[in-house]
Amino acid sequence: MKKYTNTGSKDTRSGFGAGMTELGQKNENVVALCADLIGSLKFDEFKKNHPERFFQVGIAEANMIGIAAGLTIGGKIPFTGTFANFSTGRVYDQIRQSVAYSDKNVKICASHAGLTLGEDGATHQILEDIGLMKMLPGMTVINTCDYNQTKAATLALADHHGPAYLRFGRPVVPNFTPADEPFVIGKAIMLNEGTDVTIIATGHLVWEALLAAEALEAKGISAEVINIHTIKPLDDTAILKSVAKTGCVVTAEEHNFLGGLGESVARVLALNNPKPQEFVAVNDSFGESGTPEQLMEKYKLNNQAIVEAVERVIKRK
Amino acid sequence: MSNTQQLQDFSTQVRRDILRMVHAVNSGHPGGSLGCTEFFTALYQQLLERKPGFNMDGIGEDLFFLSNGHISPVFYSVLARSGYFPVAELATFRKLNSRLQGHPTTHDGLPGVRMASGSLGQGMSVAIGAAQAKKLNGDKHLIYSLHGDGELQEGQNWEAIMYASAKKIDNLIATIDLNGQQIDGSTDDVLNLGNLKTKFEAFDWDVLEIKEGNNIDAIIKGMTEAKSRTGKGKPVCVLLHTVMGNGVDFMMHTHAWHGKAPNNEQLAVGLAQNAETLGDY
Repeated sequence: MKKYTNTGSKDTRSGFGAGMTELGQKNENVVALCADLIGSLKFDEFKKNHPERFFQVGIAEANMIGIAAGLTIGGKIPFTGTFANFSTGRVYDQIRQSVAYSDKNVKICASHAGLTLGEDGATHQILEDIGLMKMLPGMTVINTCDYNQTKAATLALADHHGPAYLRFGRPVVPNFTPADEPFVIGKAIMLNEGTDVTIIATGHLVWEALLAAEALEAKGISAEVINIHTIKPLDDTAILKSVAKTGCVVTAEEHNFLGGLGESVARVLALNNPKPQEFVAVNDSFGESGTPEQLMEKYKLNNQAIVEAVERVIKRK
Repeated sequence: MSNTQQLQDFSTQVRRDILRMVHAVNSGHPGGSLGCTEFFTALYQQLLERKPGFNMDGIGEDLFFLSNGHISPVFYSVLARSGYFPVAELATFRKLNSRLQGHPTTHDGLPGVRMASGSLGQGMSVAIGAAQAKKLNGDKHLIYSLHGDGELQEGQNWEAIMYASAKKIDNLIATIDLNGQQIDGSTDDVLNLGNLKTKFEAFDWDVLEIKEGNNIDAIIKGMTEAKSRTGKGKPVCVLLHTVMGNGVDFMMHTHAWHGKAPNNEQLAVGLAQNAETLGDY
Protein backbone atom coordinates (compact mmCIF):
# COMPACT_ATOMS: atom_id res chain seq x y z
CA MET A 1 0.00 0.00 0.00
CA LYS A 2 0.93 3.63 -0.31
CA LYS A 3 3.39 4.66 2.38
CA TYR A 4 2.85 7.66 4.61
CA THR A 5 5.67 9.12 6.62
CA ASN A 6 5.30 10.72 9.97
CA THR A 7 7.38 13.85 9.56
CA GLY A 8 7.38 14.46 13.30
CA SER A 9 4.54 13.99 15.75
CA LYS A 10 2.78 17.16 16.93
CA ASP A 11 -0.54 18.12 18.44
CA THR A 12 -3.29 19.28 16.11
CA ARG A 13 -3.96 22.30 18.32
CA SER A 14 -0.48 23.57 17.51
CA GLY A 15 -1.46 23.38 13.85
CA PHE A 16 -4.38 25.64 14.70
CA GLY A 17 -2.05 28.01 16.53
CA ALA A 18 0.32 28.12 13.56
CA GLY A 19 -2.60 28.77 11.24
CA MET A 20 -3.77 31.64 13.42
CA THR A 21 -0.28 33.13 13.50
CA GLU A 22 -0.16 33.09 9.71
CA LEU A 23 -3.69 34.44 9.35
CA GLY A 24 -2.86 37.28 11.69
CA GLN A 25 -0.19 38.41 9.28
CA LYS A 26 -2.15 37.75 6.09
CA ASN A 27 -5.64 38.96 6.88
CA GLU A 28 -6.24 42.05 8.98
CA ASN A 29 -9.93 41.23 9.36
CA VAL A 30 -9.16 38.05 11.30
CA VAL A 31 -9.76 38.47 15.02
CA ALA A 32 -9.44 35.89 17.80
CA LEU A 33 -11.42 35.37 20.99
CA CYS A 34 -10.48 33.10 23.85
CA ALA A 35 -12.16 32.09 27.13
CA ASP A 36 -9.17 31.83 29.46
CA LEU A 37 -7.32 29.11 27.52
CA ILE A 38 -4.68 30.97 25.53
CA GLY A 39 -1.97 28.42 26.12
CA SER A 40 -4.19 25.42 25.49
CA LEU A 41 -5.40 26.85 22.19
CA LYS A 42 -1.92 28.03 21.14
CA PHE A 43 -3.05 31.63 20.74
CA ASP A 44 0.17 33.05 22.26
CA GLU A 45 1.75 34.23 19.01
CA PHE A 46 -1.44 35.76 17.63
CA LYS A 47 -2.01 37.60 20.91
CA LYS A 48 1.58 38.85 21.01
CA ASN A 49 1.59 40.00 17.38
CA HIS A 50 -1.92 41.49 17.28
CA PRO A 51 -3.07 42.48 20.76
CA GLU A 52 -5.70 44.83 19.31
CA ARG A 53 -7.30 41.94 17.43
CA PHE A 54 -7.21 39.49 20.32
CA PHE A 55 -10.11 39.41 22.80
CA GLN A 56 -9.69 37.68 26.13
CA VAL A 57 -13.27 37.21 27.36
CA GLY A 58 -12.59 35.30 30.54
CA ILE A 59 -14.52 32.21 31.59
CA ALA A 60 -17.69 33.27 29.81
CA GLU A 61 -18.22 31.22 26.68
CA ALA A 62 -21.78 32.34 25.99
CA ASN A 63 -20.64 35.94 25.93
CA MET A 64 -17.71 34.98 23.72
CA ILE A 65 -19.97 33.47 21.06
CA GLY A 66 -22.24 36.52 21.10
CA ILE A 67 -19.34 38.95 20.86
CA ALA A 68 -17.95 36.96 17.95
CA ALA A 69 -21.30 37.22 16.18
CA GLY A 70 -21.31 40.97 16.76
CA LEU A 71 -17.76 41.39 15.48
CA THR A 72 -18.80 40.06 12.08
CA ILE A 73 -21.02 43.14 11.75
CA GLY A 74 -18.35 45.46 10.47
CA GLY A 75 -16.52 42.82 8.47
CA LYS A 76 -14.38 41.03 11.04
CA ILE A 77 -13.73 37.29 10.78
CA PRO A 78 -13.78 36.00 14.37
CA PHE A 79 -12.14 32.72 15.41
CA THR A 80 -13.26 31.64 18.89
CA GLY A 81 -11.15 29.21 20.86
CA THR A 82 -11.84 27.02 23.86
CA PHE A 83 -12.23 23.32 24.63
CA ALA A 84 -14.69 21.44 22.43
CA ASN A 85 -17.13 20.88 25.27
CA PHE A 86 -17.33 24.58 26.10
CA SER A 87 -17.34 25.47 22.39
CA THR A 88 -20.52 23.53 21.68
CA GLY A 89 -22.58 21.94 24.44
CA ARG A 90 -22.25 24.85 26.81
CA VAL A 91 -23.20 27.44 24.20
CA TYR A 92 -25.50 25.57 21.88
CA ASP A 93 -28.31 28.11 21.90
CA GLN A 94 -25.93 31.03 21.46
CA ILE A 95 -24.44 29.32 18.41
CA ARG A 96 -27.87 28.36 17.13
CA GLN A 97 -29.45 31.81 17.31
CA SER A 98 -26.63 34.37 17.22
CA VAL A 99 -24.34 32.52 14.78
CA ALA A 100 -26.07 29.86 12.68
CA TYR A 101 -29.59 31.30 12.34
CA SER A 102 -28.13 34.81 12.04
CA ASP A 103 -25.72 33.51 9.34
CA LYS A 104 -22.70 35.08 10.97
CA ASN A 105 -19.20 34.41 9.68
CA VAL A 106 -17.91 32.98 12.96
CA LYS A 107 -15.33 30.18 13.14
CA ILE A 108 -15.81 28.10 16.28
CA CYS A 109 -12.48 26.44 16.92
CA ALA A 110 -12.42 23.65 19.46
CA SER A 111 -9.48 21.90 21.03
CA HIS A 112 -9.35 18.93 23.42
CA ALA A 113 -12.17 17.14 21.62
CA GLY A 114 -12.93 13.55 22.46
CA LEU A 115 -11.34 10.96 24.72
CA THR A 116 -7.75 11.93 23.93
CA LEU A 117 -8.06 14.89 26.26
CA GLY A 118 -7.20 12.18 28.75
CA GLU A 119 -6.94 12.49 32.49
CA ASP A 120 -9.40 15.36 32.99
CA GLY A 121 -12.18 12.87 32.41
CA ALA A 122 -15.72 12.94 31.05
CA THR A 123 -16.67 16.49 32.11
CA HIS A 124 -14.23 17.71 29.49
CA GLN A 125 -14.28 14.87 26.95
CA ILE A 126 -17.13 15.80 24.68
CA LEU A 127 -18.17 13.00 22.33
CA GLU A 128 -21.35 14.65 21.07
CA ASP A 129 -20.04 17.85 19.47
CA ILE A 130 -19.98 16.71 15.86
CA GLY A 131 -23.63 15.75 16.15
CA LEU A 132 -24.58 19.01 17.82
CA MET A 133 -22.85 21.09 15.19
CA LYS A 134 -23.84 19.14 12.10
CA MET A 135 -27.50 19.46 13.00
CA LEU A 136 -27.36 23.24 12.68
CA PRO A 137 -28.46 24.39 9.22
CA GLY A 138 -25.66 26.09 7.32
CA MET A 139 -22.91 25.01 9.71
CA THR A 140 -19.73 23.61 8.18
CA VAL A 141 -18.17 20.88 10.38
CA ILE A 142 -14.48 19.97 10.11
CA ASN A 143 -12.43 17.47 12.14
CA THR A 144 -8.77 17.44 11.20
CA CYS A 145 -6.32 14.57 11.52
CA ASP A 146 -2.88 16.08 12.09
CA TYR A 147 -0.85 19.26 12.52
CA ASN A 148 -0.47 20.14 8.86
CA GLN A 149 -4.11 19.50 8.03
CA THR A 150 -5.28 21.55 11.01
CA LYS A 151 -3.11 24.47 9.97
CA ALA A 152 -4.35 24.26 6.39
CA ALA A 153 -7.97 24.04 7.53
CA THR A 154 -7.54 27.11 9.74
CA LEU A 155 -6.24 29.09 6.78
CA ALA A 156 -9.00 27.81 4.50
CA LEU A 157 -11.73 28.84 6.93
CA ALA A 158 -10.75 32.50 6.73
CA ASP A 159 -11.56 32.42 3.01
CA HIS A 160 -14.82 30.56 3.51
CA HIS A 161 -17.85 32.73 4.25
CA GLY A 162 -20.24 31.28 6.79
CA PRO A 163 -20.39 29.69 10.22
CA ALA A 164 -17.99 26.80 10.77
CA TYR A 165 -16.91 24.39 13.49
CA LEU A 166 -13.28 23.27 13.51
CA ARG A 167 -12.53 20.34 15.82
CA PHE A 168 -9.05 19.27 16.88
CA GLY A 169 -7.31 17.86 19.91
CA ARG A 170 -4.71 17.80 22.59
CA PRO A 171 -2.49 14.74 22.05
CA VAL A 172 0.70 14.58 20.05
CA VAL A 173 -0.05 12.47 16.98
CA PRO A 174 1.79 11.61 13.76
CA ASN A 175 1.98 14.42 11.22
CA PHE A 176 1.77 12.95 7.73
CA THR A 177 -0.31 15.37 5.63
CA PRO A 178 2.05 17.11 3.18
CA ALA A 179 2.69 20.66 4.38
CA ASP A 180 1.77 22.05 0.97
CA GLU A 181 -1.44 20.06 0.53
CA PRO A 182 -4.28 22.53 -0.06
CA PHE A 183 -7.29 22.15 2.19
CA VAL A 184 -10.51 21.99 0.20
CA ILE A 185 -13.59 22.20 2.44
CA GLY A 186 -15.98 19.36 1.65
CA LYS A 187 -13.50 17.35 -0.40
CA ALA A 188 -12.48 13.92 0.87
CA ILE A 189 -8.86 12.81 0.55
CA MET A 190 -8.09 9.39 -0.89
CA LEU A 191 -5.21 8.07 1.20
CA ASN A 192 -4.99 4.52 -0.07
CA GLU A 193 -6.78 2.75 -2.89
CA GLY A 194 -8.10 -0.72 -2.17
CA THR A 195 -10.73 -3.18 -3.30
CA ASP A 196 -12.11 -5.16 -0.35
CA VAL A 197 -13.34 -2.56 2.12
CA THR A 198 -13.62 1.22 2.47
CA ILE A 199 -12.36 2.70 5.73
CA ILE A 200 -13.69 6.21 6.21
CA ALA A 201 -11.96 7.98 9.09
CA THR A 202 -11.85 11.44 10.57
CA GLY A 203 -9.62 13.24 13.07
CA HIS A 204 -7.20 11.20 15.15
CA LEU A 205 -8.60 7.97 13.72
CA VAL A 206 -7.16 8.67 10.25
CA TRP A 207 -3.62 7.61 11.20
CA GLU A 208 -5.08 4.60 12.99
CA ALA A 209 -6.91 3.73 9.77
CA LEU A 210 -3.63 3.80 7.87
CA LEU A 211 -2.04 1.50 10.45
CA ALA A 212 -5.07 -0.79 10.19
CA ALA A 213 -4.78 -0.88 6.41
CA GLU A 214 -1.16 -2.01 6.70
CA ALA A 215 -2.15 -4.77 9.10
CA LEU A 216 -4.98 -5.80 6.83
CA GLU A 217 -2.65 -5.92 3.84
CA ALA A 218 -0.54 -8.44 5.72
CA LYS A 219 -3.70 -10.51 6.10
CA GLY A 220 -4.43 -10.27 2.38
CA ILE A 221 -7.21 -7.68 2.69
CA SER A 222 -7.03 -4.65 0.42
CA ALA A 223 -8.42 -1.62 2.28
CA GLU A 224 -9.29 1.71 0.72
CA VAL A 225 -8.70 4.54 3.20
CA ILE A 226 -10.50 7.87 2.92
CA ASN A 227 -9.76 10.87 5.10
CA ILE A 228 -13.01 12.74 5.69
CA HIS A 229 -11.97 16.00 7.29
CA THR A 230 -15.25 17.72 6.44
CA ILE A 231 -18.21 15.96 7.98
CA LYS A 232 -20.59 18.61 6.71
CA PRO A 233 -20.92 19.13 3.81
CA LEU A 234 -20.05 15.47 3.32
CA ASP A 235 -18.30 14.34 0.13
CA ASP A 236 -21.06 11.93 -0.92
CA THR A 237 -19.48 11.39 -4.32
CA ALA A 238 -16.18 10.13 -2.98
CA ILE A 239 -17.93 7.80 -0.53
CA LEU A 240 -20.29 6.32 -3.11
CA LYS A 241 -17.55 5.87 -5.69
CA SER A 242 -15.44 3.93 -3.22
CA VAL A 243 -18.25 1.78 -1.86
CA ALA A 244 -19.40 0.90 -5.36
CA LYS A 245 -16.00 -0.73 -5.72
CA THR A 246 -15.48 -2.29 -2.26
CA GLY A 247 -19.06 -3.13 -1.23
CA CYS A 248 -18.64 -2.43 2.50
CA VAL A 249 -17.63 0.32 4.90
CA VAL A 250 -16.01 0.89 8.26
CA THR A 251 -16.31 4.40 9.69
CA ALA A 252 -13.91 5.52 12.42
CA GLU A 253 -14.17 8.56 14.66
CA GLU A 254 -13.46 9.78 18.18
CA HIS A 255 -17.13 10.50 18.88
CA ASN A 256 -20.34 8.84 19.95
CA PHE A 257 -21.64 6.63 17.14
CA LEU A 258 -24.90 8.56 17.58
CA GLY A 259 -24.69 11.75 15.58
CA GLY A 260 -21.19 11.32 14.26
CA LEU A 261 -19.49 10.74 10.92
CA GLY A 262 -20.72 7.13 10.82
CA GLU A 263 -24.35 8.13 10.83
CA SER A 264 -23.75 10.69 8.10
CA VAL A 265 -22.12 8.00 5.96
CA ALA A 266 -24.93 5.56 6.74
CA ARG A 267 -27.46 8.07 5.46
CA VAL A 268 -25.60 8.47 2.18
CA LEU A 269 -25.47 4.71 1.75
CA ALA A 270 -29.10 4.16 2.73
CA LEU A 271 -30.26 6.71 0.17
CA ASN A 272 -28.04 5.60 -2.67
CA ASN A 273 -26.42 2.21 -2.28
CA PRO A 274 -27.15 0.30 0.94
CA LYS A 275 -24.12 -1.78 1.99
CA PRO A 276 -22.87 -3.31 5.25
CA GLN A 277 -21.27 -0.79 7.61
CA GLU A 278 -19.47 -1.14 10.94
CA PHE A 279 -18.88 1.74 13.33
CA VAL A 280 -15.64 2.38 15.17
CA ALA A 281 -16.92 4.97 17.62
CA VAL A 282 -17.86 5.37 21.26
CA ASN A 283 -20.83 3.17 22.12
CA ASP A 284 -23.18 5.81 23.54
CA SER A 285 -21.28 6.41 26.76
CA PHE A 286 -19.29 9.08 28.53
CA GLY A 287 -15.52 8.83 28.79
CA GLU A 288 -13.40 8.69 31.95
CA SER A 289 -9.94 9.53 33.26
CA GLY A 290 -6.92 7.76 31.82
CA THR A 291 -4.11 8.30 29.37
CA PRO A 292 -5.19 8.91 25.77
CA GLU A 293 -3.73 5.55 24.72
CA GLN A 294 -5.50 3.68 27.51
CA LEU A 295 -8.78 5.34 26.69
CA MET A 296 -8.56 4.75 22.95
CA GLU A 297 -7.87 1.09 23.66
CA LYS A 298 -10.60 0.66 26.27
CA TYR A 299 -13.22 2.39 24.10
CA LYS A 300 -12.01 0.52 20.98
CA LEU A 301 -10.92 3.52 18.95
CA ASN A 302 -7.55 2.34 17.64
CA ASN A 303 -6.11 0.47 14.68
CA GLN A 304 -6.83 -2.94 16.20
CA ALA A 305 -10.48 -2.00 16.60
CA ILE A 306 -10.58 -0.93 12.95
CA VAL A 307 -9.05 -4.23 11.83
CA GLU A 308 -11.66 -6.15 13.84
CA ALA A 309 -14.47 -4.02 12.39
CA VAL A 310 -13.17 -4.68 8.86
CA GLU A 311 -13.15 -8.40 9.47
CA ARG A 312 -16.74 -8.21 10.73
CA VAL A 313 -18.01 -6.11 7.84
CA ILE A 314 -16.39 -8.20 5.14
CA LYS A 315 -18.24 -11.25 6.46
CA ARG A 316 -21.50 -9.36 6.02
CA LYS A 317 -20.94 -8.63 2.33
CA MET B 1 -35.58 66.60 12.77
CA SER B 2 -39.19 66.19 13.72
CA ASN B 3 -41.21 68.11 16.26
CA THR B 4 -42.94 66.52 19.20
CA GLN B 5 -46.34 66.40 17.53
CA GLN B 6 -44.93 64.64 14.49
CA LEU B 7 -43.24 62.07 16.70
CA GLN B 8 -46.42 61.54 18.69
CA ASP B 9 -48.37 61.04 15.48
CA PHE B 10 -45.77 58.53 14.36
CA SER B 11 -46.09 56.69 17.68
CA THR B 12 -49.86 56.61 17.44
CA GLN B 13 -49.68 55.06 14.01
CA VAL B 14 -47.13 52.51 15.24
CA ARG B 15 -49.52 51.55 18.04
CA ARG B 16 -52.26 50.97 15.47
CA ASP B 17 -49.87 48.82 13.43
CA ILE B 18 -48.96 46.75 16.50
CA LEU B 19 -52.59 46.10 17.40
CA ARG B 20 -53.60 45.26 13.83
CA MET B 21 -50.59 43.02 13.18
CA VAL B 22 -51.09 40.99 16.34
CA HIS B 23 -54.85 40.82 15.89
CA ALA B 24 -54.57 39.64 12.28
CA VAL B 25 -52.71 36.46 13.23
CA ASN B 26 -54.12 36.14 16.75
CA SER B 27 -50.60 35.89 18.15
CA GLY B 28 -47.61 38.02 19.04
CA HIS B 29 -46.58 40.35 21.84
CA PRO B 30 -48.49 43.64 22.07
CA GLY B 31 -47.72 44.59 25.69
CA GLY B 32 -43.98 45.19 25.50
CA SER B 33 -44.32 46.53 21.96
CA LEU B 34 -46.76 49.24 23.02
CA GLY B 35 -44.61 50.09 26.04
CA CYS B 36 -41.58 50.74 23.82
CA THR B 37 -43.34 52.56 20.99
CA GLU B 38 -42.14 56.01 22.01
CA PHE B 39 -38.59 54.74 22.51
CA PHE B 40 -38.43 53.17 19.04
CA THR B 41 -39.97 56.28 17.52
CA ALA B 42 -37.44 58.56 19.16
CA LEU B 43 -34.60 56.22 18.27
CA TYR B 44 -35.34 55.82 14.57
CA GLN B 45 -36.92 59.20 13.89
CA GLN B 46 -34.56 61.35 15.91
CA LEU B 47 -31.60 59.77 17.66
CA LEU B 48 -29.89 57.27 15.37
CA GLU B 49 -27.45 58.59 12.80
CA ARG B 50 -28.54 56.38 9.94
CA LYS B 51 -27.47 55.96 6.37
CA PRO B 52 -30.10 55.53 3.68
CA GLY B 53 -30.69 51.93 2.68
CA PHE B 54 -29.42 48.94 4.58
CA ASN B 55 -25.98 47.39 4.75
CA MET B 56 -25.30 44.58 7.20
CA ASP B 57 -21.87 45.93 8.19
CA GLY B 58 -23.35 49.34 9.01
CA ILE B 59 -20.06 51.17 8.74
CA GLY B 60 -20.37 54.93 9.27
CA GLU B 61 -23.75 54.82 11.01
CA ASP B 62 -25.24 54.09 14.42
CA LEU B 63 -26.56 50.56 14.87
CA PHE B 64 -29.41 49.21 16.97
CA PHE B 65 -29.80 45.69 18.35
CA LEU B 66 -33.05 44.38 19.80
CA SER B 67 -32.34 41.69 22.36
CA ASN B 68 -35.90 41.06 23.56
CA GLY B 69 -37.00 39.97 20.10
CA HIS B 70 -40.57 39.19 21.06
CA ILE B 71 -41.45 42.88 20.76
CA SER B 72 -40.97 42.47 17.03
CA PRO B 73 -44.26 44.23 16.18
CA VAL B 74 -42.96 47.63 17.29
CA PHE B 75 -39.56 46.95 15.67
CA TYR B 76 -41.13 45.99 12.34
CA SER B 77 -43.58 48.88 12.29
CA VAL B 78 -40.91 51.46 13.07
CA LEU B 79 -38.44 49.93 10.58
CA ALA B 80 -41.07 49.95 7.84
CA ARG B 81 -42.20 53.49 8.58
CA SER B 82 -38.55 54.59 8.72
CA GLY B 83 -38.04 53.39 5.18
CA TYR B 84 -36.33 50.01 5.56
CA PHE B 85 -39.03 48.02 3.76
CA PRO B 86 -42.56 48.63 2.41
CA VAL B 87 -45.17 49.42 5.05
CA ALA B 88 -47.55 47.06 3.23
CA GLU B 89 -45.31 44.18 4.22
CA LEU B 90 -46.48 44.57 7.83
CA ALA B 91 -49.56 42.63 6.70
CA THR B 92 -47.37 39.51 6.37
CA PHE B 93 -46.34 39.48 10.05
CA ARG B 94 -46.10 35.90 11.38
CA LYS B 95 -47.55 34.47 8.18
CA LEU B 96 -46.07 31.69 6.07
CA ASN B 97 -43.23 32.78 3.73
CA SER B 98 -42.94 36.19 5.41
CA ARG B 99 -39.74 38.07 6.15
CA LEU B 100 -41.50 39.30 9.31
CA GLN B 101 -41.03 36.20 11.43
CA GLY B 102 -42.55 35.96 14.90
CA HIS B 103 -39.16 36.92 16.26
CA PRO B 104 -36.72 39.01 14.19
CA THR B 105 -34.19 37.24 12.01
CA THR B 106 -31.57 38.03 9.42
CA HIS B 107 -32.40 34.72 7.79
CA ASP B 108 -34.83 36.11 5.25
CA GLY B 109 -32.93 39.29 4.51
CA LEU B 110 -35.30 41.76 6.18
CA PRO B 111 -33.57 45.17 5.96
CA GLY B 112 -32.90 46.73 9.35
CA VAL B 113 -32.33 43.48 11.24
CA ARG B 114 -28.72 42.56 11.99
CA MET B 115 -29.18 39.56 14.27
CA ALA B 116 -31.80 37.05 15.24
CA SER B 117 -33.29 37.46 18.68
CA GLY B 118 -36.01 35.71 20.59
CA SER B 119 -34.12 33.31 22.76
CA LEU B 120 -33.43 35.85 25.46
CA GLY B 121 -30.22 37.19 26.91
CA GLN B 122 -28.00 37.15 23.83
CA GLY B 123 -28.29 40.68 22.48
CA MET B 124 -25.89 42.47 24.77
CA SER B 125 -23.00 40.21 23.79
CA VAL B 126 -23.72 40.78 20.11
CA ALA B 127 -24.00 44.53 20.65
CA ILE B 128 -20.63 44.52 22.44
CA GLY B 129 -19.05 42.64 19.54
CA ALA B 130 -20.44 45.17 17.08
CA ALA B 131 -19.13 47.97 19.29
CA GLN B 132 -15.66 46.42 19.27
CA ALA B 133 -15.81 46.07 15.49
CA LYS B 134 -16.60 49.80 15.31
CA LYS B 135 -13.54 50.56 17.41
CA LEU B 136 -11.33 48.33 15.24
CA ASN B 137 -12.67 50.08 12.16
CA GLY B 138 -12.08 53.55 13.60
CA ASP B 139 -15.80 54.20 13.24
CA LYS B 140 -16.98 56.76 15.79
CA HIS B 141 -20.65 55.86 15.53
CA LEU B 142 -22.52 54.27 18.40
CA ILE B 143 -24.20 50.97 19.20
CA TYR B 144 -27.64 51.08 20.84
CA SER B 145 -29.34 48.03 22.27
CA LEU B 146 -32.63 47.30 24.02
CA HIS B 147 -33.24 44.58 26.60
CA GLY B 148 -36.26 43.55 28.61
CA ASP B 149 -36.04 43.80 32.37
CA GLY B 150 -37.15 40.21 32.87
CA GLU B 151 -34.54 39.25 30.30
CA LEU B 152 -31.83 40.26 32.76
CA GLN B 153 -32.62 37.03 34.60
CA GLU B 154 -30.59 35.30 31.88
CA GLY B 155 -27.01 34.85 33.08
CA GLN B 156 -25.32 35.66 29.79
CA ASN B 157 -26.27 39.30 30.33
CA TRP B 158 -24.10 39.46 33.41
CA GLU B 159 -21.15 37.95 31.58
CA ALA B 160 -21.61 40.70 29.02
CA ILE B 161 -22.14 43.44 31.61
CA MET B 162 -18.92 42.43 33.38
CA TYR B 163 -17.02 42.30 30.10
CA ALA B 164 -18.26 45.66 28.77
CA SER B 165 -16.90 47.68 31.68
CA ALA B 166 -13.70 45.66 32.03
CA LYS B 167 -12.94 46.24 28.35
CA LYS B 168 -14.12 49.86 28.38
CA ILE B 169 -16.81 49.46 25.72
CA ASP B 170 -17.76 53.12 25.85
CA ASN B 171 -19.46 53.32 22.45
CA LEU B 172 -22.46 51.31 23.65
CA ILE B 173 -25.76 52.55 25.09
CA ALA B 174 -27.72 49.60 26.44
CA THR B 175 -31.29 50.48 27.36
CA ILE B 176 -33.33 48.35 29.74
CA ASP B 177 -37.10 48.40 29.27
CA LEU B 178 -38.19 48.61 32.89
CA ASN B 179 -41.87 47.75 32.72
CA GLY B 180 -41.75 45.46 35.71
CA GLN B 181 -43.70 42.69 33.98
CA GLN B 182 -42.92 39.31 32.50
CA ILE B 183 -44.99 36.36 31.32
CA ASP B 184 -45.83 34.86 34.68
CA GLY B 185 -46.42 38.13 36.53
CA SER B 186 -44.51 41.10 37.84
CA THR B 187 -40.73 40.87 37.89
CA ASP B 188 -40.94 41.40 41.65
CA ASP B 189 -43.00 38.25 42.00
CA VAL B 190 -41.27 36.03 39.45
CA LEU B 191 -37.64 36.75 40.32
CA ASN B 192 -36.98 40.09 41.91
CA LEU B 193 -34.36 42.02 39.95
CA GLY B 194 -33.38 44.11 42.94
CA ASN B 195 -31.94 47.55 42.38
CA LEU B 196 -30.76 47.51 38.77
CA LYS B 197 -29.17 50.94 39.05
CA THR B 198 -26.84 49.86 41.84
CA LYS B 199 -26.24 46.52 40.14
CA PHE B 200 -25.08 48.16 36.90
CA GLU B 201 -23.07 50.71 38.86
CA ALA B 202 -21.43 47.92 40.82
CA PHE B 203 -20.37 46.51 37.44
CA ASP B 204 -18.87 49.94 36.72
CA TRP B 205 -21.35 51.16 34.13
CA ASP B 206 -22.50 54.76 33.79
CA VAL B 207 -26.23 54.55 34.54
CA LEU B 208 -29.01 57.04 33.72
CA GLU B 209 -32.71 56.75 34.35
CA ILE B 210 -35.53 57.97 32.15
CA LYS B 211 -38.45 58.09 34.54
CA GLU B 212 -41.02 58.95 31.87
CA GLY B 213 -40.19 56.29 29.32
CA ASN B 214 -43.38 56.86 27.39
CA ASN B 215 -42.82 60.59 27.01
CA ILE B 216 -41.03 61.32 23.74
CA ASP B 217 -39.45 64.56 24.91
CA ALA B 218 -38.18 62.88 28.07
CA ILE B 219 -36.76 60.00 26.02
CA ILE B 220 -34.96 62.33 23.62
CA LYS B 221 -33.59 64.39 26.49
CA GLY B 222 -32.43 61.30 28.40
CA MET B 223 -30.94 59.54 25.41
CA THR B 224 -29.15 62.73 24.31
CA GLU B 225 -27.64 62.88 27.78
CA ALA B 226 -26.69 59.20 27.47
CA LYS B 227 -25.00 59.91 24.15
CA SER B 228 -22.99 62.71 25.76
CA ARG B 229 -21.63 60.21 28.27
CA THR B 230 -20.22 57.84 25.64
CA GLY B 231 -16.52 57.88 24.84
CA LYS B 232 -15.55 58.32 28.48
CA GLY B 233 -14.26 54.85 29.24
CA LYS B 234 -17.50 53.30 30.50
CA PRO B 235 -20.46 51.57 28.87
CA VAL B 236 -23.70 53.49 29.33
CA CYS B 237 -26.92 51.95 30.66
CA VAL B 238 -30.29 53.67 30.39
CA LEU B 239 -33.03 52.45 32.72
CA LEU B 240 -36.16 53.29 30.78
CA HIS B 241 -39.27 53.24 32.96
CA THR B 242 -42.17 52.28 30.71
CA VAL B 243 -45.74 51.13 31.08
CA MET B 244 -46.45 47.83 29.41
CA GLY B 245 -49.35 48.17 26.98
CA ASN B 246 -49.04 51.96 26.93
CA GLY B 247 -51.68 53.79 24.91
CA VAL B 248 -54.36 51.13 25.09
CA ASP B 249 -56.05 51.54 28.45
CA PHE B 250 -57.11 47.97 29.14
CA MET B 251 -53.63 46.63 28.27
CA MET B 252 -51.74 48.95 30.63
CA HIS B 253 -50.05 48.08 33.92
CA THR B 254 -50.47 44.33 33.56
CA HIS B 255 -48.55 41.32 32.28
CA ALA B 256 -51.78 39.92 30.84
CA TRP B 257 -51.06 41.30 27.35
CA HIS B 258 -47.44 40.22 27.20
CA GLY B 259 -48.16 37.64 24.55
CA LYS B 260 -51.88 37.77 23.85
CA ALA B 261 -53.74 39.21 20.86
CA PRO B 262 -56.88 41.34 21.18
CA ASN B 263 -60.17 40.02 19.82
CA ASN B 264 -62.31 42.03 17.39
CA GLU B 265 -64.01 44.13 20.05
CA GLN B 266 -60.79 44.78 21.94
CA LEU B 267 -59.07 45.76 18.70
CA ALA B 268 -61.84 48.28 17.98
CA VAL B 269 -61.43 49.81 21.43
CA GLY B 270 -57.66 50.01 21.05
CA LEU B 271 -57.85 51.58 17.61
CA ALA B 272 -60.43 54.09 18.80
CA GLN B 273 -57.91 55.25 21.39
CA ASN B 274 -55.27 55.68 18.69
CA ALA B 275 -56.67 57.50 15.68
CA GLU B 276 -55.05 56.92 12.30
CA THR B 277 -52.34 59.50 11.62
CA LEU B 278 -50.03 58.34 8.83
CA GLY B 279 -52.33 55.85 7.10
CA ASP B 280 -52.85 52.20 8.00
CA TYR B 281 -50.92 49.57 6.06
